[in-house]
Amino acid sequence: MGDTAAGWLQAAVLVAALALSHRPLGGALAHVLTTDRHWRIERLVYRAGGVNGDADQRWPAYLRSLLAFSFMSTLFLYAFLRLQDHLLLSLGRKPVPADLAFNTAASFVTNTNWQAYAGEATMGHLVQMAGLAVQNFVSAAVGIAVVATLIRGFTRKRTDRVGNFWVDLTRLVLRVLLPISFVFAVVLVAAGVIQNFHGAHAVATLAGGRQNLPGGPVASQETIKLLGTNGGGFFSANSAHPFENPSGLTNLIEIYLLLVIPFSLPRTFGAMVGDVRQGYAVVTVMVLLWAASVVLVTANELYRVSSPAGHAAGAMAEGKETRFGIWSSALFAVSTTLTSCGAVNSAHDSYTPGGGGMTIFNMMLGEIAPGGTGSGLYGILILAVVAVFVAGLMVGRTPEYLGKKLRGQEMRYASLYILTTPALVLVGAGLAMAFPGERAAMLNPGPHGFSEVLYALTSAANNNGSAFAGLSADTVWYNTGLGVVMLLGRFLPMVFVLALAGSLAGQQPVPVTAGTLPTHRPQFIGLLTGVILIVVGLTYFPALALGPLAEGLR
Amino acid sequence: MSSPAVPAATPPSTGRPPRRVAGGLLDPRQLVRSLPDALRKLDPRVMLHNPVMFVVEVGAALTALSAIRTPGVFAWVITVWLWLTALFANLAEAVAEGRGKAQAAALRRAKTTTTARRLTDWRPGATDPAEEEVPGTALRLGDHVVVEAGQLIPGDGDVVEGIASVDESAITGESAPVIRESGGDRSAVTGGTKVLSDRIVVEITAKPGETFIDRMIALVEGAARQRTPNEIALNILLASLTIIFLIAVVTLQPFAVFAGAEQTLVILVALVVALIPTTIGALLPAIGIAGMDRLVQRNVLAMSGRAVEAAGDVNTLLLDKTGTITLGNRQAAAFLPVPGVSVEELADAAQLSSIADETPEGRSIVVLAKEQYALRGRSEGELDGAAFVPFTAQSRMSGVDLDDPRERRSLRKGAATAVMRWVRDNGGHPTADVGQLVDGIAASGGTPLVVGQVTRRGGASDARVLGVVHLKDVVKEGMRDRFDQLRRMGIRTVMITGDNPLTAHAIAQEAGVDDFLAEAAPEDKMALIRREQEGGKLVAMTGDGTNDAPALAQADVGVAMNTGTSAAKEAGNMVDLDSNPTKLIEIVEIGKQLLITRGALTTFSIANDVAKYFAIIPAMFASVHPGLDRLNIMRLHSPASAITSAIVFNALIIVALIPLALRGVRYRPSSASELLGRNIWLYGLGGLVLPFLGIKLLDLLIQFIPGLR
Repeated sequence: MGDTAAGWLQAAVLVAALALSHRPLGGALAHVLTTDRHWRIERLVYRAGGVNGDADQRWPAYLRSLLAFSFMSTLFLYAFLRLQDHLLLSLGRKPVPADLAFNTAASFVTNTNWQAYAGEATMGHLVQMAGLAVQNFVSAAVGIAVVATLIRGFTRKRTDRVGNFWVDLTRLVLRVLLPISFVFAVVLVAAGVIQNFHGAHAVATLAGGRQNLPGGPVASQETIKLLGTNGGGFFSANSAHPFENPSGLTNLIEIYLLLVIPFSLPRTFGAMVGDVRQGYAVVTVMVLLWAASVVLVTANELYRVSSPAGHAAGAMAEGKETRFGIWSSALFAVSTTLTSCGAVNSAHDSYTPGGGGMTIFNMMLGEIAPGGTGSGLYGILILAVVAVFVAGLMVGRTPEYLGKKLRGQEMRYASLYILTTPALVLVGAGLAMAFPGERAAMLNPGPHGFSEVLYALTSAANNNGSAFAGLSADTVWYNTGLGVVMLLGRFLPMVFVLALAGSLAGQQPVPVTAGTLPTHRPQFIGLLTGVILIVVGLTYFPALALGPLAEGLR
Repeated sequence: MSSPAVPAATPPSTGRPPRRVAGGLLDPRQLVRSLPDALRKLDPRVMLHNPVMFVVEVGAALTALSAIRTPGVFAWVITVWLWLTALFANLAEAVAEGRGKAQAAALRRAKTTTTARRLTDWRPGATDPAEEEVPGTALRLGDHVVVEAGQLIPGDGDVVEGIASVDESAITGESAPVIRESGGDRSAVTGGTKVLSDRIVVEITAKPGETFIDRMIALVEGAARQRTPNEIALNILLASLTIIFLIAVVTLQPFAVFAGAEQTLVILVALVVALIPTTIGALLPAIGIAGMDRLVQRNVLAMSGRAVEAAGDVNTLLLDKTGTITLGNRQAAAFLPVPGVSVEELADAAQLSSIADETPEGRSIVVLAKEQYALRGRSEGELDGAAFVPFTAQSRMSGVDLDDPRERRSLRKGAATAVMRWVRDNGGHPTADVGQLVDGIAASGGTPLVVGQVTRRGGASDARVLGVVHLKDVVKEGMRDRFDQLRRMGIRTVMITGDNPLTAHAIAQEAGVDDFLAEAAPEDKMALIRREQEGGKLVAMTGDGTNDAPALAQADVGVAMNTGTSAAKEAGNMVDLDSNPTKLIEIVEIGKQLLITRGALTTFSIANDVAKYFAIIPAMFASVHPGLDRLNIMRLHSPASAITSAIVFNALIIVALIPLALRGVRYRPSSASELLGRNIWLYGLGGLVLPFLGIKLLDLLIQFIPGLR
């Protein structure tokens, strides 16, 4: 089979698999987030934590629980990293330096998984398993919990309760993330991903050299890395490493895993609001943006290599694993940058200016197509709120989405949400470019060097975590700066989403009439897509012009 | 107002064409006249209320400083146009306010000081109370004043004694006098209006300075203007977009420095102003003021902008049957004879017996007989020996006794029970056919009038029923279309009537309303409003009587008729000076139009940014990254001319859109999808394409200015 046929086939298989899991997984998530029944083991957890599992919280209480939990997680992970030499299975690794430990703790708690370290050289097995992997589970659950409150804001009426954080967190981890991770860890092991507790094996290579082959509990961490759109690899090379991602099959499974929850959540949304068409509209927008990006990046990588000579010499394969080739690399790159996952199976730095620029643009969309676990859906719902507001005015009514009016208060929170991430990206990049010392971290001059910095800040603020490479980011300045950006980029939007959820939940819904703007028709799908592209495009156009566009347009 | 927003179907039930004000066309002189106001509004403390335009003003000040320090044609041109941008925004607001001010001036003229003849010890029925002269401003609540023909009513109040015709043209612009009388729902009089005939005693219900005219002046002048909820929400969105673009441009400088293309302050400010939503930011206040103004032009006073917005959101309209849905009176629709009597015979008898009936129903019988059976109307003197029996409320019959030499014939027409009793009293026996006809008409919602005849020839007399006249409510022309339109807009109409459910049902069917409330007492109306509101719906209604007041207060949009009592006018949040209940539908449309105008211009404003980027970004960076010149798809002449064109376009588009902001975008009642589709194409796509053309055209001119080449 030729590359092209194989490329189309794997895309088709991926879409089919995602379509098949959309309903059952989305429905299951809706059930988990709405049922009154507790599992026995959950009751034990609640009792141990002193939580009343039947009492819903007001949004400020929900937020306090969430922030307290995340703060303790950061602290715990930071201590873990600093003290790892005193712990089991440390493989003799030294304590992680303070700035890097802060950066890493912030990174994993915020579901970003920006890695300024090389896993195999820095972390012991226990830190990987009990520190980093645990955060992979709970940070993903936190994202879904937050979107659950937003959906409840739409479905509930005249209440100040938006759900119980501890119940949402526990259920999502125990009922959804753990079982799926377990099943797919077994699948990945069967497909060749390693799972052991060994240190490095020194082996003699055929060429006569010596090579250290690392070992570790990789498969167990690999599944949640993708399923929770975390993206923090066991090894520095992430999903390009043959022990993490040995074959085309595992590659496809990994792409499926990182897309499956974000693409299923719109179904959860539709099921919970009692109108699955609303979910279909949202997922359609996600699919459109994702598919367009796949096509653009793949085409760029296939055809837009700078010179015929480069083409002949296979320059487009630079930075990509020969196991996967261009099609699988492009598919992975698009999926990972559109999901806030940030796992990589190729070096985005080596992409053509168009392809690389697209990966930046993907993240700039705000991780919404389909976005991170939970964060993707709340991100697109906020943009839907903005779209409904403008469009709703144009039909001559106070705008309303799913029966809830968008008044000053709702627009305040939505506006603050859409303001936060661009502010972090642009101010962060502005500062990085303003200090000559920090500019030195760029490994390339000119627009490409600028793209590297822009990518880093975009990745951190949007909690993606992938790196363009080409930037020496393990400096005190970048570790601290990016750590702060990741924390703000994660939790500030959550504050606004929860506040919005609270404000919506308190409203009496407006009945739907012929005068109501329908939010499930192709018209609205087009409108939402347009609003997303225009708002993002307008915000970042100047920055993109000096990076990828300056580089790409010659 | 141009015609589209006022569907032609509006039946002018007050008997005169609605007063049209040429509101849509912007008189250029208005711009000049508003200029001083616009300049005054450049005060930063005033500008601060409008975050978008405040940023423009700060930017203009910065470029001015920069231009003073390092003068150049480009810097000065940009500076001037930035100040013009801010000025144009103020101009829009000032023009909108100016129109209100003109109206306020007219009202002030009506508010002349009057001398009141206060009655010191007036009691109901008192014959000759003591009288003293006090200035109108000295009147207090509960005072009684007497006003006679030719005098001005000194303050707002209710007529408590007498009846008079009053000239209210000072307020309504309507020259025909209206009748005001004590008791009932036409008792309210307004200070400043003139009594034309008779004498009335008025109980004062408003303190001086808080009268209806005072409130009207404050309203049309915009003094009492507060931002409406939707305006606040939109302002928040616009402010956040402004902040995003500020950040995008401020952080662009370090990127530009790295790229080796450091930008001047003037260019950066120009980019900010081009990107922030200045078009909608500049026109937003004008849109709100003009919305209120459009209501005023239709003789509706909204007590708050909030009410106008609520009107756009209304889900349910409560409409009184009489006067709104149907013409005031029932009319004869058919003659139904009993077997053995011909239709002509019945029509003739009905007509004869109605000649002395001056009620509208009676007249309609004469008209029907003439139109359908060519029976010429006969007047009272025409028939020999005819004794007419006029209609009275007691007998509930009218008729005629014809004394022919050969026979004496009596005809009676009236309420079924009354006429049947009359026939029986004269020895007749109405057959079962009559009962069937009567019941049939009643069941169809009509009112049956029975026609009976007694003939005496010699000693023998014959009494019998000839047939039945079918009277029915006549639904105003075009109402069904109107309700269909409303349904398409997602608005449910409920007819309120005192009729029995059967009649109400039939009329509701014929008029095409969605629902009806029959035998409605004021409490029922209130309960209905509450019920609708429980379900999250917004309710609009009209009312005039004192017993409507609680419901008017409860409704989200309560339109009180100017003819109504002061209690009703206090309770509602709008007053219709024409007292035309059908206007509720127009009010809803104006509310919608207001929101649509905001949405359309917001969309337009944001879509404009795309072209501005394509003008300014290549101009800024093509020198260091020549590839970026490919983004200069308009092929603008030079960086300086490109940036200038974008800024000039940005300023001129505000002036160009002032008429649209004042007039409101075209609104045709249709479903949300159709409206959205139309407006996205027009203002979204239009906003995307138009600036490309505009900037290119401006560039073609500007490139000839020395210093901008």
